[in-house]
Amino acid sequence: MIRSDIIREIAPILRDQLVVCNIGLPSQEMHLIDDNAANFYMLGTMGLSSSIGLGLALSQPKTVISIDGDGSVLTNFGTLPTIANNVADNFILLIVDNGSYGSTGDQPTYAGKKTSLTAVAKACGCETVVECQAEETGKVLQAAIDSKKMTIIVAKCESGNIKVPVITMDPVTIRDRFMGAVKA
Amino acid sequence: MDISKQIVDDFVANDISFVTTVPCKQLAGVIEEVDSRPEIYHIPSNKEDEGMGLCAGAFMGGKRPAIIMQNTAIGVTINTLVTLTQFYRMPLPMLISYRGELKEPVACQAEMAVHTKALLNQLNIPTYHFHHREDAQELDAILKYTFMCNKPVAILTDATFWGGY
Repeated sequence: MIRSDIIREIAPILRDQLVVCNIGLPSQEMHLIDDNAANFYMLGTMGLSSSIGLGLALSQPKTVISIDGDGSVLTNFGTLPTIANNVADNFILLIVDNGSYGSTGDQPTYAGKKTSLTAVAKACGCETVVECQAEETGKVLQAAIDSKKMTIIVAKCESGNIKVPVITMDPVTIRDRFMGAVKA
Repeated sequence: MDISKQIVDDFVANDISFVTTVPCKQLAGVIEEVDSRPEIYHIPSNKEDEGMGLCAGAFMGGKRPAIIMQNTAIGVTINTLVTLTQFYRMPLPMLISYRGELKEPVACQAEMAVHTKALLNQLNIPTYHFHHREDAQELDAILKYTFMCNKPVAILTDATFWGGY
């Protein structure tokens, strides 16, 4: 399974949740598969999906799922200690770990080599860290939502991309309708 | 009144309830004051762009955020300011220690100081410079302005303002 297969499979689970989508293909795939007001698409700013999601989770009671990538977590490594030390039980960080920078041409990341993001998240103090295979992502994600415990999921999958159109929606529109979904 | 207390009083009066900080020696007092207030959720960041991400999330969650950081952070955060805070039109008061100005003991700080206002100007970020203690009387108006126009706004605070080192 590649990332877009995971997103397609978990889209029905994400449907009722606030979702912060990482820059590039994850946002574009989410937009293609199930565009809705509760999706916040990052059009730029690599690495901050987890930070935006945590800030949102700490500021209101609804469940927030940040879809991140291994490359983006590596870019913003400082996020993991911040998450660990600011527990928001309505926050789930889903790291789709395909061991590559998918949006830029599948260059390998260190997460696909010696570095285990699962081990790093645990070492940073994150209490609930679940590593799973791509096929199990839906089940693990639903369990994390039901547990109402802050959870870091590292979903291992193959690298590879499907062709998706870029998002042409205006950023202020994305933000405004998302804030409407937050308040709804 | 203690200047740190006065600044944080203005934050609270303007309903700022989510503050992220990356420390600077000059900002130690104001960070301590932020940390002591029950009205504010204080979340230290490891890097200033991470902090701006946290603030973007907090704003979309209905809270008024602010970031406290050193001017060296302007060099770190340009991409985030442009592609997140400005692109999505989000308000962000940035209380910034303006290192490298008069009374600065560390030569390297002057290197970033000479670029600070030029960079903020290039980014079209409204910028205020607190040099004398009474300049802080404008903070309340600056915060109101920030949340009126949904922009990042810089408040540079130099060593003379903080009373030296």
